[in-house]
Amino acid sequence: MIAAHLPALQIVLPLAAAPLCLLLRRGTLAWALALAASWAALVCAALLLRQVLISGPISYALGSWAAPWGIEYRVDTVNGFVLLIVAAVGAVILPYARRSVAHELPEEQHATFYTAFLLCLTGLLGVTITGDAFNLFVFLEISSLSSYVLIALGRDRRALTAAFQYLVMGTIGATFIVIGVGLLYMATGTLNMMDLAERLPPLAGNRTVLAAFAFLTVGTGLKLALFPLHFWLPNAYAYAPSVVTGFLAATATKVSVYVLLRFFFTVFGIGYSFEALAIGKLLIPLAAIAILVCSTVAIFQNNVKRMLAYSSIAQIGYMIMGIGFATTTGLTAGILHLFNHAMMKGGLFLALGCVFLRVGSVRLEALHGLGRRMPLTMFSFVLGGLSLVGVPFTVGFISKWYLVQAALERDDWILAVVVLVGSLLALVYVWRVVEAAYFKPAPEGEGEGAVKVEEAPLSMLIPTWVLIGASIYFGIDTSLTVGVARQAAAQLIGGAS
Amino acid sequence: MEVFGLYNYWIVIVLMMTGFYVVISRGNLIKKIVGLNIFQTSMFILYISMGKVRGGTAPIIVEGLACPEGAVCYSNPLPHVLILTAIVVGVATTALGLALIVRIKEAYGTVEEDEIQSQEVET
Repeated sequence: MIAAHLPALQIVLPLAAAPLCLLLRRGTLAWALALAASWAALVCAALLLRQVLISGPISYALGSWAAPWGIEYRVDTVNGFVLLIVAAVGAVILPYARRSVAHELPEEQHATFYTAFLLCLTGLLGVTITGDAFNLFVFLEISSLSSYVLIALGRDRRALTAAFQYLVMGTIGATFIVIGVGLLYMATGTLNMMDLAERLPPLAGNRTVLAAFAFLTVGTGLKLALFPLHFWLPNAYAYAPSVVTGFLAATATKVSVYVLLRFFFTVFGIGYSFEALAIGKLLIPLAAIAILVCSTVAIFQNNVKRMLAYSSIAQIGYMIMGIGFATTTGLTAGILHLFNHAMMKGGLFLALGCVFLRVGSVRLEALHGLGRRMPLTMFSFVLGGLSLVGVPFTVGFISKWYLVQAALERDDWILAVVVLVGSLLALVYVWRVVEAAYFKPAPEGEGEGAVKVEEAPLSMLIPTWVLIGASIYFGIDTSLTVGVARQAAAQLIGGAS
Repeated sequence: MEVFGLYNYWIVIVLMMTGFYVVISRGNLIKKIVGLNIFQTSMFILYISMGKVRGGTAPIIVEGLACPEGAVCYSNPLPHVLILTAIVVGVATTALGLALIVRIKEAYGTVEEDEIQSQEVET
């Protein structure tokens, strides 16, 4: 009975818990409720993915209104996988959040923080699960509005300007997406994605459809920080509270990448997006530039959070490049990297959150000598960094392996070299952190008042290590992730099924 | 003339570009929010335009409304409903944007983008 309503519960549980958190007012109670809701969401997502893998896509008519008129929730392998990523990251980060939030935010804001966090989680899950183009916009705005709030909670005053900049850019992006959806509705008279996929092919030469495609591509590109549209991201990630950076870096951009996949492959179809319009010719160069330029910029950052933010834009480049190939191997690489990057970048930002808790800064100078003082935290950072570089036996290696393979399938040596150069650049910026932490002497204690820096609390170390551990585990045992990614890629290439 | 017959779409485009230009060109944060509002409003008009059926009335069931055979005499209610949602989103965005501006003014003492930037460079 309940199993039939899993797609609705997936969204309703965190959504209902969010206002309750606000009513509870006490930080600890709100945290406990948010934790329960996020774990429930994880269970839902895991059950849904299992059901999809066993018996194929699930279609759920919200409120029993039949599909083309009512809002349909539709789960197939692609979004089942993304749902699991988002829910898992949310469930892992909340136990971590308690100490970190208590340290970084004033007491009276705790309940509000968990409300906004749950709303953001709801929005991201909603974007992923919905099969209705307009519903997608609504959930996108729920997640965006709450993430502006979450970013603005950062202690530095620059968090405010970063959140404002993100608000302006994000709203423009979202408005572009609604305009695109509106134009599609004008051309076809439907908002349901499956219905759109059926009605669009006869309209291939239509200018309204072309305009819709352009608006949707640019709007989604803004949301996922596609290379020339990424300016909001570094500041937003650098000045947001540590928990928020970890959560958004691991989920928000990934969900936007999924939206791009959904529109390109399911709604417009591979024939229209990649053969008629050849969008790959636009995506691949942008992705290559993102990898090279943003990895290079990352090397020159002294704020480690900002360094990782630039690295995120470069890593998004890898995903977009895989998508741009529009082959099964390329898509597999892109979807794999979606998962892999969520694990490693989430873990890295959480490790930085531990550093911030104990040291009070994430600038490179502040990391001096931490290798000895916070061995577990820094070792997790090193492992995450190795994964970012793409060393064998880490997840980073697996996705890059498939990406290089996809490039070579097209006899595209230059792009394979770009991927490798990107890895070398990653090695340089990761090394800067390693050098600071392990090879520079710790600053001398300033007399009696100097605080002794010790290892981060277990409640924060365990979530960090869960994500980092996953990024090692899935680098060795790839059967689950590669299997799901390959199936998802085949489903997208195969069209609407 | 088809070009003038579609005048509401021309208004949409003019409003959209005006709003977009204001967002990009103005350094005052309040003006940026105003520009963003104009930009969003253009999208509302786009949706409302597409729901209009020439000669159609409000989509309410009325006894004895003479509707010619095979013709549609109601406007399409769906875009109206959609845009109500979008208006709510727009209001929330504006409120949040203005709230952020209040906090920025408290933290920096100004709402001009260039002055905020010069303060950041100094520190």
